[in-house]
Amino acid sequence: MKKQEKVDKTIVVPGDLLSEDAAKAAEGTYVENGKVYSLIYGLADEREKVRVIPLSGKYLPATGDVVVGMVSDISFSNWKVDINSPYEALMHISEYPRRIESSEMAKIMGVGDLAIFKVVDVDPSMKIELAPREGQLRVLRSGRVVEVSYTKVPRVIGRAGSMISLLKSKLDVNIFVGKNGRIWINGKVEDEDLAVKVIKRIEQEAHTSGLTDRITKLLEEEKHGVHEKR
Amino acid sequence: MEFMKNGKRIDNRLPNELRPIKFEVGALERADGSCYVEHGGNKIMAAVYGPRAVHPRHLQQANRAIIRYRYNMASFSVEERRRPGPDRRSIEISKVSREAIDPVIIKEFYPRSTIDIFVEILQADAGTRSAGINAASVALADAGVPMRGLISSCAVGKVDDTVVLDLVKEEDNYGQADMPVAMDVRTGEVTLLQMDGHLTLDEFEQALELGKIGCASIAKMQREALIQKYRGEEDE
Repeated sequence: MKKQEKVDKTIVVPGDLLSEDAAKAAEGTYVENGKVYSLIYGLADEREKVRVIPLSGKYLPATGDVVVGMVSDISFSNWKVDINSPYEALMHISEYPRRIESSEMAKIMGVGDLAIFKVVDVDPSMKIELAPREGQLRVLRSGRVVEVSYTKVPRVIGRAGSMISLLKSKLDVNIFVGKNGRIWINGKVEDEDLAVKVIKRIEQEAHTSGLTDRITKLLEEEKHGVHEKR
Repeated sequence: MEFMKNGKRIDNRLPNELRPIKFEVGALERADGSCYVEHGGNKIMAAVYGPRAVHPRHLQQANRAIIRYRYNMASFSVEERRRPGPDRRSIEISKVSREAIDPVIIKEFYPRSTIDIFVEILQADAGTRSAGINAASVALADAGVPMRGLISSCAVGKVDDTVVLDLVKEEDNYGQADMPVAMDVRTGEVTLLQMDGHLTLDEFEQALELGKIGCASIAKMQREALIQKYRGEEDE
């Protein structure tokens, strides 16, 4: 890499002292004897509160998250869905918009099918309930899904969705980013290829600043290359 | 056997000097977290998987994650071929190492799951359990596991009536005592303390103090290695 800007936040490891003020503790931290320490390996972000943004780790679903899941099994009344987390999620037959019989379940969504879900409930023992997003089940029948670490999702989306709009405007593709790090891309094959490449690049350089500018440049170059080859 | 000459040890170190140590964070692509460590003549790979679903299912705990730690020596890790598979010694080391790391992990965040730690000794030269714990601790941080701090470990011992830090193989095999120590350096909480051989109470206290100093130096290296993983990419 030629030009790489500096990390704009400090890298911290578990046990690093972050603040003397217990009231500033936010996600990724813990308080001991009135002081705030880092709970994880990540980037410390200190504003009115101090939090630590993880650099790695497993996705834990929260109520309201929208995720891309893959059906792993069908039981009598539930679809078992893999949501790229240590825990399996369930979507009950009654969550489907219209009344269906158990025997019809596989036709609607079979094992291996991918779909967009909303997390409706997570209980303390991590039993996860899903529902179709916005009342309508979206089974992904075209395009492709790439996986990135869930910790990189905010960078793929960008501030107020800037990165995702950039990708959509430069490439003729539809992109959906699940909170669990699964990204659905749908469009022409060449555009999908390029989108995958760009997303992988964002994942690699997620912790650096000036990323949007570099991605814009990369997109311009690649777009040019694609046209010349034709 | 003569261990001390002009205040120096058989490998020319001072009594309170560690061997050269090198950590490489994220050495394995497929593991959730990993760390390769070279600690003097020890070469050790640690891999962390999880939190993930527990198999067999009866081991799972409803309110927290379980921690599994496997310490294993490669058959070629020592001069005389070691019979592969767990033996009495490695089962014991796995247990004490797990208990050394377990207190800092926040297990309640991940009910019904497991965090699996694998420590493979590729080349052994005394102090493998300590070096393994150091590597495992870094690998856990690399995997994004929430912890109250990093666990650091090193051995202390006695040769020629001198208390020394970080024994080499000869000192371990023919010396008077060997005592591995593991701790969370920030809180001062000691999570592993074993002893083989004989120390007087004074020597023990002296050795424990020396061990704590050694752990503090190692903690700095562990921290630096983790920070370097992301800083390093920038320099390329």
